[in-house]
This record gives sequence, C-alpha cells and structure tokens, in this order.
Amino acid sequence: MTAPILFAPVANGMSLPWLDVPEWPTAQFVAGTSAELNRGARLCAWFGVPEGNTARLVAVLAYDADNTLAVARSTPFNGSYPSLTRTHPQAHLFEREVWEQHALKPEGHPWLKPVRKSNGLAPAHADFFRVEGREIHEVAVGPVHAGVIEPGHFRFQCNGEEVLHLEIALGYQHRGIEEALPGGPHPATMSQMETIAGDTSIGHATSYAMVMEALAGTEAPLRAQWLRAIALELERLANHTGDLGALANDVAFLPTSSACGKLRGDFLNLTGLMCGNRFGRGLVRPGGARHDLEPARSGAFLEKLHPALKDVEQAAAWLWDSNSVRVRFEATGTVHTERANAIGLVGVAARASGLVRDVRFDHPAGWHRFAQSPVAVWPTGDVFARAKVRGLEIQRSGVFLEEQLAGAPEGVIHSELPAPAPDTLAVALVEGWRGEICHVALTDAAGRFRRYKICDPSFHNWTGLALALRGQAISDFPLCNKSFNLSYCGFDL
Amino acid sequence: MLALDVILHRLQRGCQTMSYPDGPAPALPDRHGGALRVDAAKCAESCDACLPVCPTKAISRPALGPVVLDLGQCIFCAACVQACPTKAITQTNDHRLAVRRREDLLLGSPGQEELRLASALDDQLRRLFGRSLRLRQVSAGGCNACEADTNVLGTIGWDLGRFGIQFVASPRHADGLLITGPVSKNMELALRKTYEAVPEPKLVIAVGACAIAGGPFIGHSQINNGAGAVVPVDLFIPGCPPHPLTILDGLLRLLGRLGQP
Repeated sequence: MTAPILFAPVANGMSLPWLDVPEWPTAQFVAGTSAELNRGARLCAWFGVPEGNTARLVAVLAYDADNTLAVARSTPFNGSYPSLTRTHPQAHLFEREVWEQHALKPEGHPWLKPVRKSNGLAPAHADFFRVEGREIHEVAVGPVHAGVIEPGHFRFQCNGEEVLHLEIALGYQHRGIEEALPGGPHPATMSQMETIAGDTSIGHATSYAMVMEALAGTEAPLRAQWLRAIALELERLANHTGDLGALANDVAFLPTSSACGKLRGDFLNLTGLMCGNRFGRGLVRPGGARHDLEPARSGAFLEKLHPALKDVEQAAAWLWDSNSVRVRFEATGTVHTERANAIGLVGVAARASGLVRDVRFDHPAGWHRFAQSPVAVWPTGDVFARAKVRGLEIQRSGVFLEEQLAGAPEGVIHSELPAPAPDTLAVALVEGWRGEICHVALTDAAGRFRRYKICDPSFHNWTGLALALRGQAISDFPLCNKSFNLSYCGFDL
Repeated sequence: MLALDVILHRLQRGCQTMSYPDGPAPALPDRHGGALRVDAAKCAESCDACLPVCPTKAISRPALGPVVLDLGQCIFCAACVQACPTKAITQTNDHRLAVRRREDLLLGSPGQEELRLASALDDQLRRLFGRSLRLRQVSAGGCNACEADTNVLGTIGWDLGRFGIQFVASPRHADGLLITGPVSKNMELALRKTYEAVPEPKLVIAVGACAIAGGPFIGHSQINNGAGAVVPVDLFIPGCPPHPLTILDGLLRLLGRLGQP
C-alpha cells in the first residue's frame, strides 16, 4: 500500500515556494504524517503558522537513510486536532509547544501543559505527575541550582533512593527569540542567533546563515563554508572535551577533570584565534564569514591544535582505563535503542543509544558535501556510551581539522546576498555538538520573515534524560545530567 | 599503568596555573579588540554611520555633541569600529572593563573617552570580603556563555580559589550574587528570593551585556533589560561574554587585590 504523496521533498539548505508545500485538511495531514513516521521518517520540526485568527500546522520530516527532507502543511484551522503523540511520542513536546503558541489543541495528548510560558508566577506553576504511596517522596530542585548552571526545575518521584519518575519543567531562560523574528531579519537578529545557545554559537549561526542563503537562492563562497566547518568541529571539540572533564569530576576522577578543564579552554582559544571571540561570535554571517584563516594564522592554529589533541587523547584514555570510572559509567542512565528512536533523540545521545543519526552524514550541506567524518556510534545507551561517543568524536573532529587545514579552498570569504525570496520556505539542518539544529524560515510577500522556527537539539533530548533516570538512584542524577549536558536556553528560546 | 601515566603527566606539566596577577596577564586573542574608546574630537558632526550598524542600539547621538556609546549595552561586535569614517570609535585591546557605576560605561563626552574602571570596596567591606568572598551564581535568561566563562575561572589555569573567591551552593552561604543573563520575567521571582536569602552585607555583580542592559535581547517584553531592574548592582562587567580575564580583573579590582592599574 502506498500512501498518497503528502509531502514535498526538500534538501538540507534549500528552499521551495510556500505554494509548493502540499496542503491537506488537518485530519489527513496528521494521519499522513503518522504514516510517514511509521515508515521510518523522523520529526525534525512541527510548528504552527498564524493565518489571521487561525493557524496551520507545518511538519518537517527527515528520511535519514534516503538523505532527504520533506515538508507539508495543514489547512488553517481553530480548535483541536487528533494528537500525533498518542502513536508517536517524539511529537509530544512539539504538540505542547503548538498548543502554547497557537492554542491548537492536540486531542488525546497524554500530558498537555505549557512548555515555557509563565502560568502564574513562574514556569513550573503547573501540575506535575505524582506517584502516590506511603513510601513515595518527592524531591524538587531548582530553578536556581547549586553550581554555575542554567535554571530549570526538576521533580523527582522517589521510592527511597530510587527515582520512579522525573519531570523537567523549563522556560526560565525564555527571552522571546522566536517571537521577535516575524518582520525580520532585524538589526539584532544575527546576535540573537549566536546567543540561542551560547555554547553553540557556530551551529546556530551557521543554520541561520544557510536559511538566509537558501532564501536568496544562493550559497556562501566555498572558503566560507570551509571556515564554518572548521569552526563547527572546533566547537564540538571544546564542548566534548569539557563534557568529559565534567563527567570525570562527577565521579571524583580528578586527573581527567583537571586536564579537560584546561584543554577545553585551549580549543576555545583557537576559536578566539579565528575571530577574536572564544565562542565564535562574529565569525559566521549570511553570505559567508567575517574573518579568514590566513596561512600564517592557520599555521599558528595547527601548532596549538596538535598538542591539545594529543593531551585530550591521553586524558580520555585515563577514563576508559580506570575501573573506578567504568563502574560508575556503565549501566547507569540507560536509554535503549528502541526507546531512543521512539522519543526522537538526536546527536550524541542518539548515537550513544546505537542510532546512526548525524546530519553531517545523513543530510550533508555546505562543506560536509566534500569532507566527511565517520559517524561515531556506541550501542549501550548508558553514561559510558555517551562519554565514549564524545571520545570518538573528539578523535574524528581532530583528524578532520588536521586534514582540512592541510588543504584549504581559495577565494573570497563573503559575497553580498540577494534579497530573500518572497513567500518561500527554507530549511537548514546543522549537526551541532549536541545534535541536530533545525531552522525553518517562511517569508511573507515582501521577503521578510513571516514565521521562523528554531529547534535546538535539546528540545528533542530532554525527555531522554527524564527516561534515563527511571530506576536510577537519585544520587546518579548529576552524572546522568552531565552525560546529556543539554541546553536550557536553547530549549527555552 | 594508569596511576604511573597520570603521575608522569602531572610531573611533565608542572604547575599550570598562570602567574597573573603577580606576573603578566595572558594575551587576549589579537582579533578580540578589548574595550572601546570614543574620541569626541574625531566624531564628525552630522555623521551617524555607526548608529544603524549597532545591533543593540548601544550608540545614540544627542542633539548636541558627539555620539554616546554605552559599553553596558555593547556586545563588542565592532561593527561601529568598521563603520566609523573618522576613526572616532576604536578598540583599545584593554581587557579591563569592570566599573562600579552604570554611568561609568557611557563613553563620548570630552574627558570620558574611555570607561571609568571600578574602584575597590570601602575599607570595612574589604576587611570582610577582601580575602574571602563566597558567591552564589544566578543564571537568569542568557545564553550560558557568561556562565561558561565564569566556570573557566575554576579550572587549573585560572584557579580562582587562590584568591579566596568561591562559588557556593546556597545563597545562605554567600556574601553576594554573581548574576548572568538579562533576568527573564520567568526568573525574576527566583532572583528576588535568592537575593533576599543572602545575609547582609551583600554584593551583587552583573556579568555580561545581558545582565547589565539586556544584551542582544534588549527591549524584549520577556526580559528585564538587566539585573539592575530587580536588585542593586555593585559591579558591572561588560562583554558578550566577558573574557575570563575580564571577569577576574573585575573581581580582583572590587576586592582591591590588584595593584594600581
């Protein structure tokens, strides 16, 4: 049985006229999306587009094995629609978000509550799932945490030390990034894109630049794409290195913790060498890049890169070799492959649960069309796997950088972009260090943003952390949390 | 042999903590640029080339006189430096940016070409906090980069603990707050409660463009345009994010732990 062609194909970093996005009555649209998910598609984005007093739904799907994306939309409507979450849990947060933003109610959603907005005084003022029983106690943590960490609220339902259920309430970092975008791009838009998640400045800035280039019907000069690829892997190296150090710290394994804290800074300083800012602010711009890596700078870069890579290799090896580390990492916070797939995990967390899922490999765009790294996968789904995938990706990003720095494409690094096309939808995916970053832009008749949807990998993955805690001792929460290391601000927008 | 390998590595590396502030400060990246400077004399009348390029509207032009650049609102993208035809706005490469009063970040008037660096706490507070300062960090609506570069100060290269400065897990144990982010409306209550939980006398340090004036999100209805709208601030450390060296300089300057600048 073949389903009707409900979706229009689109490649990563490309655009299509809004009128060419197939439009279906809502029930048929939801059923069709469900059918596509059943045959292996993955939900990259699911959002509303206001249409007068009504709104319509848009779905962006990924067919990873076929290296294609696809989009479709519903007709405008008010009220409710049959929830996709009932059959496809990966839609659950998307449907809550659409309900919060457009008041379109997913009928039959098992846990419909706000995602970010205040309901009273603070985001967590809503019902939490409770486990009842004389032996059950509840632990509430946050929004202000004990360390230098972003704010979020965690509710644990515990039986003794065992966590039966964890519910995570976010929204404290909500600063209105998406709401500010219609009518844009505005003068502050580029800076806001770089600060969606400060540790992923390059990833989000690149997604935004790709969207703008797709809307303009062009792409950045090759050398700029090369610069972006280098900065993206550098961002991955810095964050993965920091994460290995933080994981080591949480099991009181100080050699790796101390070494990685310093090495993370070495990688950040390399980004600083490229553009002046350790987080890569000001490097990526629509139409190209703002700073070049000239031969002399590239030489200095390599000179600092080699020893840092060597040191991080050694610091990681200590982790794998230490029994005291392995006994804490192994079989802790496990998310099995099937469950990871059902909830739509992306990035490191997905690959650590055995899913081969990497935008650089599945949907290559930009420089990754010409240069690729093998996908790092580990099957066990536990803290060890999430650490190990990071370790493997550090090696592969290191090799990638050394290869790429040896053979740079020549040419300009920036070209002026033509005006964005009117009434056009553009999609851009980038494999940030946490996982898939998805930006979708829809322009109006004047070529300004009519709707701009941002999906940080953390949006897909917070549920993974909640599920990883089931059956774990509550004392393992910090370790499990670090192994995911998700973004609050990237989720809260 | 893991243990031997680790010990050997430590011996080879030696002490990795920088000698600053006794020795020289680590160099900023050459493209960093540091603090900005506005030379009123060079600012051409009837020119407003810098105004539209500023993403956070940190530059304004009063009816009379040269432009006013608010380094608290600035995210240091240097677009104005590139746009200025007369080189009235320039980069100084100076990492020192911390000030005690909000108005000390306004540049432009004659005699106020550069920011007015923070003075130390008075003698009584210095006696209390000068050699032991415990801070509770409150992250309130930013992008987590200021938090990241604050965390960097705890690594072996910087070793904040050698100055007696430490981040603690509870406001009850703290001498003050270090606030990052523009203070989202959703974090306002939590910040107020945390502030109230810190015993007197207490300090508030606002780190980063967001915590000073809202940063890239200035003007959004979902935020407060900075910590000052919610709690009194004793030290402002500009940057997006501030370099760890800039944050450390601010903390040491406040505690009077640096020699004369």
